[in-house]
Amino acid sequence: MSPTASEPVLSLSGITKRFGPLVANDAISFELKRGEVIALLGENGAGKTTLMNILFGHYVADEGTVEAFGKPLPPGDPRAALDAGIGMVHQHFTLADNMTVLENIALGTQSLWRPRLDRAAARNRIGQLSTDFGLAVDPTATVSTLSVGERQRVEILKALYREARILILDEPTAVLTPAETDALFRTLKLLVAKGLSIIFISHKLHEVMAVSDRVLVLRSGRLAGERETKATDRKALAALMVGQEVKPAEVSPVQVGAPLLVLDRVSTARHNGAGLDEVSLTLSAGEITGLAGVSGNGQAALAALIAGTRRPTGGCISIAGQPVGDWSPQAALGHGVARIPEDRHAVGTIGDMSVTENVIAERYGSPRFSRMGFLDWKAARSFAEEIIADYDVKCPSPEARIRLLSGGNMQKLILGRALDPEPAVILASQPTRGLDVGAVAYVHRMLLAARERGAAVLLISEDLEEILALSDRIVVMSKGRLSSPSARGERSIRELGELMAGHGEEGQAA
Amino acid sequence: MRLEPKPAPSLALTLLFPIAAIVATLLITSLLVLAAGASPLSVFYLVAKGAAGSQFALLETLTRATPLIFTGLAVAVAFRAKLWNIGAEAQLYVGGIVTVVLGTGALPLPSIILIPVIMLAVMLAGGLLLLGPAILKTRFGVDEVVTTLLLNFIVLLFVSMLLEGVLKDPMGLGWPQSQKVIAEAQLPRIIQGKRLHYGFVIAIVSAIVVWVIMKKTVLGYEMRAVGHNPEGARFVGIPVNRVLMKTALLSGGLAALAGFSEVSGLKGNLTLDLSPGYGYSGIVVAMLAMLNPLGVIASAIFVAGIFVGADAMSRVAKVPSYIADVMVATSLLTMVVAILLTRFRVRWR
Repeated sequence: MSPTASEPVLSLSGITKRFGPLVANDAISFELKRGEVIALLGENGAGKTTLMNILFGHYVADEGTVEAFGKPLPPGDPRAALDAGIGMVHQHFTLADNMTVLENIALGTQSLWRPRLDRAAARNRIGQLSTDFGLAVDPTATVSTLSVGERQRVEILKALYREARILILDEPTAVLTPAETDALFRTLKLLVAKGLSIIFISHKLHEVMAVSDRVLVLRSGRLAGERETKATDRKALAALMVGQEVKPAEVSPVQVGAPLLVLDRVSTARHNGAGLDEVSLTLSAGEITGLAGVSGNGQAALAALIAGTRRPTGGCISIAGQPVGDWSPQAALGHGVARIPEDRHAVGTIGDMSVTENVIAERYGSPRFSRMGFLDWKAARSFAEEIIADYDVKCPSPEARIRLLSGGNMQKLILGRALDPEPAVILASQPTRGLDVGAVAYVHRMLLAARERGAAVLLISEDLEEILALSDRIVVMSKGRLSSPSARGERSIRELGELMAGHGEEGQAA
Repeated sequence: MRLEPKPAPSLALTLLFPIAAIVATLLITSLLVLAAGASPLSVFYLVAKGAAGSQFALLETLTRATPLIFTGLAVAVAFRAKLWNIGAEAQLYVGGIVTVVLGTGALPLPSIILIPVIMLAVMLAGGLLLLGPAILKTRFGVDEVVTTLLLNFIVLLFVSMLLEGVLKDPMGLGWPQSQKVIAEAQLPRIIQGKRLHYGFVIAIVSAIVVWVIMKKTVLGYEMRAVGHNPEGARFVGIPVNRVLMKTALLSGGLAALAGFSEVSGLKGNLTLDLSPGYGYSGIVVAMLAMLNPLGVIASAIFVAGIFVGADAMSRVAKVPSYIADVMVATSLLTMVVAILLTRFRVRWR
């Protein structure tokens, strides 16, 4: 990829971090060389984030040392990490929305005692960095007006402005369109050509293959393997990640049945991004409809609408041919709509309550679990045990607080809760976000099984590969509007990408 | 300094930290005792003796604990659903008002019917008083901390107006006090000639009932879910606003029972000093009990014991009885720290 000099700019040796009985990082050692891109690959909970937090001084390792440019890095001191030339671009951006790009970048780089920012000098440097590395962004623009891709560029500029020599990118492509991802990869290449070193954290195998020189695979806190990117392939890496071969989901043809859920020119207020603007969509039995799009374009509003937590401001929802009356989460559940929410922690579960209490949450009022206002804890517990067994959930006991479960196990419980009553319609909103390869395959199998049973599935995802792999029909959402649907294989990735970026066809506006 | 969550606090730790909190409280308050020129050991001995050293002391402590159990339960129930009811004081006084309105002869009924009728009316009135702030919160996003707190002052002024007006006892020699409730509306004493009355028994039963509600019923489940994660609760179909309304009715009703119990069981009439801040102390009681309804009984007796014991102590040791307020406040602070330490590990650096 680039000429790599051999001196290590960063070396971690024997990093161990324990949280009580859990060993998050177990004697991890590696070196990062000048001008090199290392990909840190691993499931959620494999210890990637913990390791980076130690490197950046947010956590203190129990054992082991970090050296940057030959000098030991004092543990637990983010300031020292910054001064040593380590820059981090977090998955969730840390920008002040109401300030300009320039202010955001220069923020914190000048002494508080200086009366005012030297704007001209700052602007010049930002301009220089932008052109050098293909990071086009208007320094005078307010951050709140920027797209997600532009914000990420600001984050990278921020790190470069502080003269970072080592750049850590945490899941940087999760929020980008394919085109933006390509642009990011070009920038990374320019950066390493200038001698920067990059740690790229991801669980997407194709990106890791595309961008890195070397891949470190973490599995349950240990370094499971280290491979030269050139000398390995995706299958081998996936096997290292999960410790076993992963089979891709098999999609068999299924007869498409009657329309089960129909949205007719439905509009909503804004909700975590754009609202819906006269969206029409039909979900039919035995069909997975994939909804692609860049986050913030109305997917959240659509998910909330179908889940029942938001009411439409216009248009009509009908289920099985009947327009629904009063629309609420209870009504959605009553009409046989199963919901897998985007945010497992904040919405899908109640973290401080037990597995049992969470599993009955959508049906606690049914005669199965309550009589005369009293809950039947015995029935609830046996139901929880059933779900734990059927959906292969690893948890200490049904009494354990659900917060203690890993993301994958939490998602399996949510799946169990949603799918156990054999729902007619399934809303799966980012169902595999942040899950490891094994759990992703499990979720995919479950959705496909539901489709074969005759359920209508709406799969909302920012992962195009996932959409392409599972969907019988694909629609693209942009600025609160939907594209016309296309059958499996009808549109190329490039065409979908253009629709995601808001270009192309007139859509169904006509 | 940084806090890291502990995965699962051990049982030994969860028991050790509260004990450490009590020891810390004693150490901190001894500084004040020393400043007052007395010996901490003898002062603490006198407080303990005054709180539980004789039958009289013990009964007095339980009598004082009775309203605290009610207000403590009221706060525990509300806080569990994250409805911040700071207005137990107001609800208590409303309970007192309803008790004297119905209990001074307006309803000529035998005791066995009259007392339950009064209790129901009292609970309804207290619940409705908290329903207002709850509706303002769910409809308009008005902070219930502010509204319930301010209602305390409004209701106290309202009581003052009543006691100078329609409820004023004509035979009261001009004092702002109501008539005494009739004999049928009085709660009998548990032991003849002592102050402890059946309000204490009602308080214990209430604590058990609240515990059953929280643990075993659909409503308790809903309240806990709403308290832990309102957005998640709404998503799974729990009617969050309706649950908050029910919580308000229950919490306000329990606090109002404190007013009923004080009037009917102890004082006999309504005055402006019916409560020396039982509504506010209820917050301390509930927090010390970590919102556990059965724990409220123990923490109410503990807090009451400190107040009663400090009164007795100050008569002997010449240390002001305000030391009781300091002790209760300090124990709340050390307890909060102790709870924090059972859940989190402190990392220096």
